[in-house]
Amino acid sequence: MAEINIILATDCGSTTTKAILIEKIDGEYRLSVRGEAPTTVEAPFDDVTVGVLNAVREIEELSGRKIIDDGGLIMRPASGEKTGVDLYLSTSSAGGGLQMTVAGVVKSMSAESAQRAALGAGAIIIDVIAVDDGRKDYEKVRRIRELRPDMILTSGGTDGGTVKHLAEIAEMLLAADPKPRLGLGMKLPVIFAGNKEARKPFMDILKEKVDLKVVDNLRPSLEAENLGPARAAIHELFLQHVMQQAPGYGKLSSWTDSGIMSTPNAVGRIIETIAAQFSMNVLAVDIGGATTDVFSVFDGTFTRTVSANLGMSYSICNVLTEAGIANIQRWVPFDSDETDLRNRLRNKMIRPTTIPHTLDDLRIEQAVSREALRLAFDHHKSLARSLKGVQQVRTIGEIMDQSETGQTLVKMMNLDMIIGSGGVLSHAPRAAETAYMMMDAYQPEGITMLAKDSIFMMPQLGVLSVVHPEAAAQVFERDCLIKFGHVIAPVGNGKAGDAACTITIDGSDQAFKCGTLTVIPLGLGETKEVTIRPGRNFDMGAGKGKPVTAKVEGGTVGLMIDTRGRPMQLPTDKKLRISKLQEWHSSLGLEVGG
Amino acid sequence: MGTAYTPGLKVSPRTLVRKFRRLPLKGQVLVNSGDMVEPDTVVAHTQIPGVMQTVRAAQILGVDSAGLHNALRVGVGDVVTASQIIAETKSFFGLMRNEVKSPINGTIELISDTTGNIGIRLPSTPIEVKGYVRGKVSEVIPDEGVVVETEAAMIQGIFGVGGEQIGEIAILVSGPDQPLTDSMIDASMEGKVIVGGSNVSGAALKKAISVKAAGVVAGAIIDRELIDFLGYDIGVAITGQEDICTSLIITEGFGSIRMADRTFNLLKSLEGKRASINGATQIRAGVIRPEIIVPLDIAVSDDEVADPVQYLDIGANIRCIREPYFGQLGTVTGLPPEPVVVPSGSTVRVLEAKLADGQDVIVPRANVEIIAQ
Repeated sequence: MAEINIILATDCGSTTTKAILIEKIDGEYRLSVRGEAPTTVEAPFDDVTVGVLNAVREIEELSGRKIIDDGGLIMRPASGEKTGVDLYLSTSSAGGGLQMTVAGVVKSMSAESAQRAALGAGAIIIDVIAVDDGRKDYEKVRRIRELRPDMILTSGGTDGGTVKHLAEIAEMLLAADPKPRLGLGMKLPVIFAGNKEARKPFMDILKEKVDLKVVDNLRPSLEAENLGPARAAIHELFLQHVMQQAPGYGKLSSWTDSGIMSTPNAVGRIIETIAAQFSMNVLAVDIGGATTDVFSVFDGTFTRTVSANLGMSYSICNVLTEAGIANIQRWVPFDSDETDLRNRLRNKMIRPTTIPHTLDDLRIEQAVSREALRLAFDHHKSLARSLKGVQQVRTIGEIMDQSETGQTLVKMMNLDMIIGSGGVLSHAPRAAETAYMMMDAYQPEGITMLAKDSIFMMPQLGVLSVVHPEAAAQVFERDCLIKFGHVIAPVGNGKAGDAACTITIDGSDQAFKCGTLTVIPLGLGETKEVTIRPGRNFDMGAGKGKPVTAKVEGGTVGLMIDTRGRPMQLPTDKKLRISKLQEWHSSLGLEVGG
Repeated sequence: MGTAYTPGLKVSPRTLVRKFRRLPLKGQVLVNSGDMVEPDTVVAHTQIPGVMQTVRAAQILGVDSAGLHNALRVGVGDVVTASQIIAETKSFFGLMRNEVKSPINGTIELISDTTGNIGIRLPSTPIEVKGYVRGKVSEVIPDEGVVVETEAAMIQGIFGVGGEQIGEIAILVSGPDQPLTDSMIDASMEGKVIVGGSNVSGAALKKAISVKAAGVVAGAIIDRELIDFLGYDIGVAITGQEDICTSLIITEGFGSIRMADRTFNLLKSLEGKRASINGATQIRAGVIRPEIIVPLDIAVSDDEVADPVQYLDIGANIRCIREPYFGQLGTVTGLPPEPVVVPSGSTVRVLEAKLADGQDVIVPRANVEIIAQ
């Protein structure tokens, strides 16, 4: 590869197309400028490249570099006269992203593995069909027919296992005769990733009706999950079918130096890359207007989930429906009227681009965000788990312990970093507000770094990590992440006033009582060695009451000490609850509103 | 950020309306370019293939899957009727019989050696797409549908429920600030599009349905009353498929909000005219707003009906669409170029405005919509 010094990357979102320019300066890759413009997938433009060129023109104005030639194409390679770029890449989630139905034989085994494969490839799952999912056959057939996904992933049976059940799934698809969402008259792409001995009967039943692609079994044995081939096939079909049907994408594909990657797929790539590079367990969230994506890497296992109807504008009322008004009100730090609150959220739903003008309005949106983040995280934990059905050799002690297969992989005490992104987190006026929302929603345990993606450039860095991992890692570390600081949160509960922990910093002891939130000044890049001695009912990871010594790092908020208990319990009495919320806001230097 | 404001909803006494009328699957277009169509003219039709019903034949007969072939009385492609024997076995010299009957009228599509099942496909279902508005076919999309063009008065609502309906406009309130109540609605409203003022109550909606009104248009509705009316909560604003005979269109938002004068006055001027309405709303990328279309009986002329582009300029009339000035009208008096810190603490692009009550205020540009002149 020729030397890469100037990189242009775009992310075409549903509403905004974002462009970044990366330049190699003094041997280091750094973010240089960014630009954005409205996405133009819809009428009257019906061409995604119009928005891309508008965003790139903003980059041209800000950087003084001429990137688009007279024919409206991106010039390559870069020349010495501030002209052109060496590499152009793009991601996209416009036009509804990639919508998939997955099918398997057993809901908690092959169908769950299929979900993980599809989600990992950046899809939104619109239905999970399984032989044992409790619905009647005709109900499943009707559902498959109604949904019109972009593609279907089918799995089931270990290699050498059931054939009949897979043939029945094929019959169900045949019965439904499903059509793709885009491309009138096109055949629906179906990926078969099940028992290899069922390939022929599956193909015999469906070959005339669908566009069938066969890949290796994603669950070849009970003990193994092999998601790579299915994920690669999804990506390939996404490029061949879905992207080619979307307006202007054929042209955009021809411009890029690597295929267009779906946005969540790209974010997953950068999270995996960074977790591996720094040997970390990472949790990342992107909360948008319509959907919330959650990514995690625990002990090297990557999981992505998307909660398709949890978001802060288009889907704000779905948060209301799923969480309930009481759960939202519990985070509002002043007395709020239920009818007024409900009407406000409805009005946000129908005018999704409006922004909070008053502090009250901001606090209400931030209350909703805590519930959206919590619900999406609950969903994530239910899918990020060890394989079900694996036979284990257990000791008597383990049998008595009654631990089952299929336990969640999300162990909060082992989590090193939480990264937040998406409007409500990235654009909160004060850093402490973002950190506070993440603390309430995720309730980190032990010692955890809180951070945010500065300008949501993880998608662009994700696609870059595939072709130039060094540049992606350098920009991620230096320009993408804004660290808020470590949060120290002992696990356990105690009465207000009881000692939760004592922390030794710089040779002096500070005691922290239960039910408090404290910030100790510690700036970006500053570190301290601390010894934390939890109270007798509290655990910092070494066991109840056992001390832990660690190096902690500060950030734009500082070192945060959260002794509000795990699991955290808000007072049930309204007056007391509001009083505690106001106290915690004050501890973080935040005004309350109301 | 130059476009960081919400374009106003269309409220136009005369505009060119183009409606795409598309089939869900490929089919046949029944009209030609230049034809005049009425709302109930069928412009295209197709056949939706029937669902295949699976009969577990081998299991019913007690034979293995591969043995099913010896029991078959039909083959792939055969047309069968309900209760017709499609497979049977005999034992004890024909004295004991086991049989499988077709549960439906249909065509045999599948006989599986693997599962022992027989698949019978139901006949196709015909579906039609109608013109929806009175107008001229301006474009034929081969095998898919048409574009119908008409010069019309058009009002977009902010949110609605229910699908396409046709009806005569009837104003039941004295002004844009009067709520629509159930006592105002009687049997004479059958097939009509009822216009209320600031708010429609849940009871009024139920009454409108009971008299089979085609639609209800009002400024606002209280969140709880909409939920009670539908019987379920709407989590995401994607509507139009509700199984109701009366479509609802609200023009301002949730709560109780006076209908904009311009909207009310236009509706009043159209009283007695036949309107095509649709409550379908999709607030996502590719936004769809509910609509009221009243075709005018004049020929389409491109030059006269083009809508002026709406710009956020000094002197532009605006409506605030978020607290603390929600629903208030005003005029833009200043457009500071630099972002400003607003009370929430956010730094955003703002505008200066004089509200109708005389207040001078600063509002984020994202929180206003322009009202067409």
